[in-house]
Amino acid sequence: MSRQNGGTQEHRWAMIVDIDKCTGCGVCITACYAENNIPVVGEEEIHKGRHMGWVRIERYWEGEYPDIRARFIPIMCQQCGEAPCEPVCPVFATYHSETENINVQVYNRCVGTRFCANNCPYIARVFNWFDPVFPEPLHEQLNPDVTVRSRGIMEKCTFCIQRIRQVEEEAKAEGRPIEDGEVQPACVQACPTEALVFGDLNDPHSKVARLAQSRRAFKLLEDLGTEPAVIYLKGGDAHVV
Amino acid sequence: MKANKGLGIAYWIVVVVMLAVGAVGLYWRLTTGHKLANYGELIVWGLWVAMYIYFIGLSAGAFLISALVYAFGVERFRPIARLALFTAIISLLMALLHIWFDLGHMERFYEVYTRPNFLSMMAWMVWLYTAYFILILAEFWYESREDFVRWGQKPGLTGWLSRLLALGSKDVTPEMRARDQRVVKVLGSIGVPLAIMFHGGVGALFGVVSARPAWHSGLFPLLFLVSALVSGGGLLMALYAFLAPNKGSAEYKNLLSDMGRLVLALVFLDVIFTFAEYSIALYGSIPGDVAPLIQIMTGPFWYVFWIGQVGLGMVIPIILLAWDRTRTNPFWVGVAGLSIVLAFVGVRLNIVIPPLSVPELQGLVEAVPSPRMTTQYVPSAMEWFLSIGIIGLGMALYAIGYNLLPVRPHLGKEV
Repeated sequence: MSRQNGGTQEHRWAMIVDIDKCTGCGVCITACYAENNIPVVGEEEIHKGRHMGWVRIERYWEGEYPDIRARFIPIMCQQCGEAPCEPVCPVFATYHSETENINVQVYNRCVGTRFCANNCPYIARVFNWFDPVFPEPLHEQLNPDVTVRSRGIMEKCTFCIQRIRQVEEEAKAEGRPIEDGEVQPACVQACPTEALVFGDLNDPHSKVARLAQSRRAFKLLEDLGTEPAVIYLKGGDAHVV
Repeated sequence: MKANKGLGIAYWIVVVVMLAVGAVGLYWRLTTGHKLANYGELIVWGLWVAMYIYFIGLSAGAFLISALVYAFGVERFRPIARLALFTAIISLLMALLHIWFDLGHMERFYEVYTRPNFLSMMAWMVWLYTAYFILILAEFWYESREDFVRWGQKPGLTGWLSRLLALGSKDVTPEMRARDQRVVKVLGSIGVPLAIMFHGGVGALFGVVSARPAWHSGLFPLLFLVSALVSGGGLLMALYAFLAPNKGSAEYKNLLSDMGRLVLALVFLDVIFTFAEYSIALYGSIPGDVAPLIQIMTGPFWYVFWIGQVGLGMVIPIILLAWDRTRTNPFWVGVAGLSIVLAFVGVRLNIVIPPLSVPELQGLVEAVPSPRMTTQYVPSAMEWFLSIGIIGLGMALYAIGYNLLPVRPHLGKEV
C-alpha cells in the first residue's frame, strides 16, 4: 500500500515548492533556524562544512555568460512515503509516524551511526557536530516547543511537527476539522514570495492538492520510488499552471 | 637470541609510541566528539568505518582458516589453528573499538540490544558479532583449556595467567581432552555459518544502500567474504612465516607451501571478484556506478588502487606465491602475506569513501556553494591518531597473548 496517497491515514502533509517564485533569499533557512533551535556555528566551522541548517538552497546556473539566469531550489527532508533512511536505522531512531504520516527522528534514541544519512538520496540529513551553546540572552529566543539537540545525533526537517500537533490539538478541542492553510511550518510562513505552500494532500480542496495536479509538478529523484511529500513546480519556460 | 631481544624491544617502543599517539586522539574524540573529524555531510563515513571493515574482515578470515581444522578436520593446518583463533579475537576487538568510536553516542550502543530494528543490516551485524564474539571466546577456551591447566604449573606471570584462565579446571585426562575437542568441533562448525553471515552481512550493510549506486550491488556480500579470506589468510601466512619455530623442519616447509598455495588461490578469487565488480559497472556506464570507479582509478588517490590494491594486493603476492623458489622461502612468503595485509587497508578505504563522494542529485556539489558538500576527504589528525592508538592496543594485546598464552604455532605434538 502506498503511503503517498494517504493510505488509511487522516492526513498526508505535503509541501509545494514553486521554483518559479523562489528568489533564493534564504528567509526560509533563517526562519527554520529560529523555529527549530538550530545552532549558529560561526565562520570557522562553516568553512569546515559544519552547517546545521535543515533547509539548503541549491543554485543552478542556466545559459552562457553574459546571458545567464540563476535558478534556486530549496531542499529539505522530502518526508518520503517510502523513506530509505527508515529501514536502515538499527534502533528505530528514525521511523514513519503513523499519526502525522511523516518521517520523524527520535533524538534521544539516536546512536549516531549515520547510516540513515548514507541512505538518503537527497542528502537532507544533518549530523549534529556540536554541543550547542546559546549564551545569555540568546537562550531567551529558544523555542520551548522544540528540543535543543546535543552532539552526536542526526537531525533533519520535521515539517515543524510541533506546529502540526498544536493545530491538530486546537481543532480537536474545538471539535472542528483543520482548515486548509492553518498549519504553516516556519519556512512557509516566512517565505515572502509564497513559493512554499503547505497543506494536506488528502483534502482534495486544499491548495497543495490543487497545485500537485499542475503540469509543472515533479518530485526529486522520482524514479527511486521514495514517494516524497515535497512536490516541486518547474520554473522558467515551462510556465503553465 | 640477541637479535630477537633487540627486535622485541623495538616492537614495544613502537607500540608505546602508538599508544601515546592514540591517547591524544582519544582525548580529542572524548572531549570534542566528531567535530575534529574530516568526514562531513556528503562523505559521512571515513577512516574509522574503513578500519572497522578491515579488522572485521581479518577476524572473519582468520576464524574461517581456523575452522578448516576445527570444523572440517584439515589436520595439516593444525599448527596454526589456535593462533588463527587468537588472531580472530584480537582483530574483532580492534574492529569493534573502531566502530564504537565512530558512533555519535557511544554510550547508547545498548539500544541495539534493547530496541533492535531487524530490518536494518546494522542491527543484524551487532547481534551476529556479539554471538560470534561469545562463540570464539568459548571455542578458544575449550581449545586451550588443557594447556592452561598444564601451564598453570609454570612460575611467574605465565603460570598465574594460565591458572586464572583455566577457570578452576584441573582435569588433564584423555577423556577431558576428547570432550574439549568435541565441544570445539561443535563450536567451530556453528562458527562457520555465523562468520559467513556476519561478514557477508557487513557487505550487505553496504549493498543495501540504494542511495549510493556504487555500493548497491549483489556482489558486495560475496566480495566481502573473499576479501576476508584473502586478508585473514595473508596475515596468518605472514605470522607463520616469521614466527614459527623449527624453520628447517620438513613439516614447517610443507605447511608454509600449503598456506602459500591456499592464499594464492584466494588472491586469484579476489582478482576475479574485483574484475567482475569493476568491469560490469564500467560497462554499464551509469554515472552513479562509474564515477566512483573512475575516481578510484584516476583520481587524486589513484595509487591506493594501482599500487596498493593491484600491486601489493594482487601482483606481488601472485608472483611471490606462484614461483616455487619464493614460495618455499619463509622470508618471501612472509613478505607476500604482509603485502596483502597492507593492500587491504587500501581496499577498505576504496570501498567506503569514493562511493560516498558521488551524490544521486546531479550537480549538487556545484549547486551548493559551500564546503558542506565537499567531495574531498582525507582523514584528520584525530582520526589517524585514534586509529593508530587502537592498532597499537591490538599489537600490545597480541604480543602479550603471544608471550604468555599457549597460542604459538607448534610443530609436532609438543606445545
